[in-house]
Amino acid sequence: MAKSKNQPKLELIKAEELAQQQREISVAAFFEKNRHLLGFDSPVKALATAVKEMVDNSLDACEEMHVLPNIIVIIKESGENRYIVSVEDNGPGIVKEQIPRVFAKLLYGSKFYRFFQSRGQQGLGVSASILYGQLTTGKPAKITSRISPKKPTHYYELHIDIAKNEPEIVVDKEIEWIKDHGTKVEIELEGKYQKGRLSVDEYLKQAAIANPHLNLVYIDPLKEKVEFKRVTNELPEEPKEIKPHPYGIELGVLIRMLRNTESRNLRSFLTNEFSRVSNAVADEIINKTGLKPDLKPKEISTQDADKIFRVIQQVKIMLPPTDCLSPIGEDLLLKGLKKEINAEFYAAISRSPAVYRGIPFEIEVAIAYGGSSFQQDELVRVIRFANRVPLIYQQSACAITRSILNTDWKNYGLQQSKGALPIGPALITVHIASVWVPFTSESKEAIAHYDEIIKEIKLALQECGRKLQTYIRKTVRVKEAKERISLFEKYIPEVANSLSILTGKKKELIVISLNKMLKKGLPELIAQANGENQNGKAKE
Amino acid sequence: MVKIKMVKQKNKSAEKLKDLGNKVVDDIDKGKNPIITFSLRNLSNIVFDSKTRTLKLGDKIGSRSFFNVAHSKKFLQTIEIASILKKELLESGKHEHLRGVFYMAKRTIPGTNVNIVDEQSESDDIIEDLEVITGLSREQLHVSANKMGSMVGNVVLEDSGDTIDCSKLGRGGYSIPSITDELEFKKINAKYILYMEKAAIFERLNEDKFWQKNNSILVTSQGQTTRGIRRLLQRLSEEKDLPIYVLTDFDCWGFYIYSVIKYGSIALAHASEKLTIPGVKFLGITADDIIKYDLKKHLIKLNDQDLKRMKQVSEYEWFKDNKDWQRQLKMMKDFGAKAEIQSLSAKGISFISETYLPNKIKTKDFLE
Repeated sequence: MAKSKNQPKLELIKAEELAQQQREISVAAFFEKNRHLLGFDSPVKALATAVKEMVDNSLDACEEMHVLPNIIVIIKESGENRYIVSVEDNGPGIVKEQIPRVFAKLLYGSKFYRFFQSRGQQGLGVSASILYGQLTTGKPAKITSRISPKKPTHYYELHIDIAKNEPEIVVDKEIEWIKDHGTKVEIELEGKYQKGRLSVDEYLKQAAIANPHLNLVYIDPLKEKVEFKRVTNELPEEPKEIKPHPYGIELGVLIRMLRNTESRNLRSFLTNEFSRVSNAVADEIINKTGLKPDLKPKEISTQDADKIFRVIQQVKIMLPPTDCLSPIGEDLLLKGLKKEINAEFYAAISRSPAVYRGIPFEIEVAIAYGGSSFQQDELVRVIRFANRVPLIYQQSACAITRSILNTDWKNYGLQQSKGALPIGPALITVHIASVWVPFTSESKEAIAHYDEIIKEIKLALQECGRKLQTYIRKTVRVKEAKERISLFEKYIPEVANSLSILTGKKKELIVISLNKMLKKGLPELIAQANGENQNGKAKE
Repeated sequence: MVKIKMVKQKNKSAEKLKDLGNKVVDDIDKGKNPIITFSLRNLSNIVFDSKTRTLKLGDKIGSRSFFNVAHSKKFLQTIEIASILKKELLESGKHEHLRGVFYMAKRTIPGTNVNIVDEQSESDDIIEDLEVITGLSREQLHVSANKMGSMVGNVVLEDSGDTIDCSKLGRGGYSIPSITDELEFKKINAKYILYMEKAAIFERLNEDKFWQKNNSILVTSQGQTTRGIRRLLQRLSEEKDLPIYVLTDFDCWGFYIYSVIKYGSIALAHASEKLTIPGVKFLGITADDIIKYDLKKHLIKLNDQDLKRMKQVSEYEWFKDNKDWQRQLKMMKDFGAKAEIQSLSAKGISFISETYLPNKIKTKDFLE
């Protein structure tokens, strides 16, 4: 305060003046400033994220229609650090009226308000890619879609009105298309294409592993064509939609549900909108809150909603049904892995479903070991999947990585430094299937560290690890046997030398005799070294 | 005389090793998988010979052949160490410690990352095998171990050409070498030998000139009795007909020290003949001493290990049918405690040399 004299006098600003600057921020405007939250933080990542979001959408669409997905991905260079990404599928297509909003409005989608296992969750991905393309190149997204051979094919060019988060139609026309049904999305964006672990190529390869029913043709910017072939005609079992479980709900969601429900009173709201809430459970919740059972949901205050929210956690409620999940399955996981990764040994485990925060999930783990695709002394490669979507970035922040680090791989035949990934010629794949995968951020790159999830992953890793250990032990034994046989050749001159000292006989002659005997007795020694025939009178 | 005897032994040992080599080379010449056979040294082949009352090797035979995945390395070690002993020690007339032999054998086989031996225990083990194979003692193969014992008394002996008077060696006494086969006793004037487990008691008795006053020889080692000391005691007992009394703590470890001197040990069963002294007697401390001299307040409670060891010791064949020893063990169990020799100091610093020992010896209060 003593220094106040020297400070320039600041004018007081009235709240009314501030209010002039306060206004609603559109989601689109928010993400314009925070593009990293959606995975567009660098040109390399931006390109990969766009492809990922578009392919995820196509896969979900095909599966919802029960059709085996045929997807074509083309990336073309259109200028310096500019690419046109085109993804085309044979899915159900989108009705004309919905096309602009599905693609050119953020947070518009079919999945957010439904509780079932799908790749996309928030209806953010593709429109965010379009927004990113628009921000970096100014070009509109081009959408082609047809829902049936009897209907015309619609072609749109769309911008997003950032201030309003609304679509802005640039072109809207009907065109000819050879496809009976499907959707093609084309986005021009600023990006950078490169090969390697964090590339588009790697993402597509992993997607092919997790989706053995997918046939994908990919033409990269160097115009090279790669086809990831389908290895099964089995579509993944259709995930069932479930109602949210009370334990997994957040206060905000509860309030929103209370506003939107069609139930007429609190009691029916609880029994209708949630899974596992019987009349008895609903009564118990209501009794504990002290509210009236016939209260109209829309009239429940925020404080009362908070009361309900707290009471729910204290009431014993049966865990949610888990038959709503659609895991890849051990067989198909192995098939997918085998076609893309060349290894000597494979093992896969699907755990039974478990529950975190009232949300069902299921863990699957597969390991590939040995062979030419691996380096002997490198850290093992980790492939992470969430609802069949490869997670490429933020490996170190992910609960899957944490679980691998916390598993003692020395028990399973791999080397491991403290707090590090194991070392060895191996690849570890972990898949989490859930109606709601808890990601650490909107860009869906890493899974949050829930104890229940980490525990399940570790159990699956250990189960798979034991299979690996059995294999490694066996191969190590064979290798050791070979080494032991080769030792005879090295021992012979030594024994001969010592015998020569003891007896005065010529070393060379002893060496020749012993070598002859070695040649003759080799098959028996090999059998012995393999532990097949131990009839030697073993003293030791 | 001694020199000639030594040279003879040296040649005999070298010949035995050569025999081993010849046998192996014979096999090779005949196109047979070379094999070395010898008495097994493991526990399953240790027997208590009730006639000689010593621990001996049984008649189980083990074999080690070169073209056998499980044996080849040990076969190589055996032949290599035999050649080292012959060439480096016997032929040059030098002695080497177990540790030295280990370093002589420790080298990497060219073209591999395999060492002939990695640990001293491996070469020690092979040397014991060679003792069994050749029927020679380690000492005869010119291999020595750490010396850990002293002797004092009216003994004049010759050690490698030096004449030593064990009555003129001050507080430390004569430091017993690890190989005592070649010592020559020139003059001995003593009625008995007192062997004790503890060097501290040895120092006490030496300071009190116990050996002078009682015309005896005092011998000690630290803990277990080394081969060199056992061989020395055996020779003094056999060659000079001197009785040997053993003084240890009143615990199972002490009893076992006595047992090893008298009956032999599991590890050296193959060498029993040259080490055991059937006539040796146990002087103390006994349970009766503890009662007689009122030492009960100095007892130390038995721990789990003591109890475990007590069970083992009481079941040894040579203790099992011995009423006196079973009585001692039972009393120890009843006390639930053990006692150290030093507890006698509670009765006065020289109580042991002036009262305890003279009384015990005078009344022949021994255990067999």
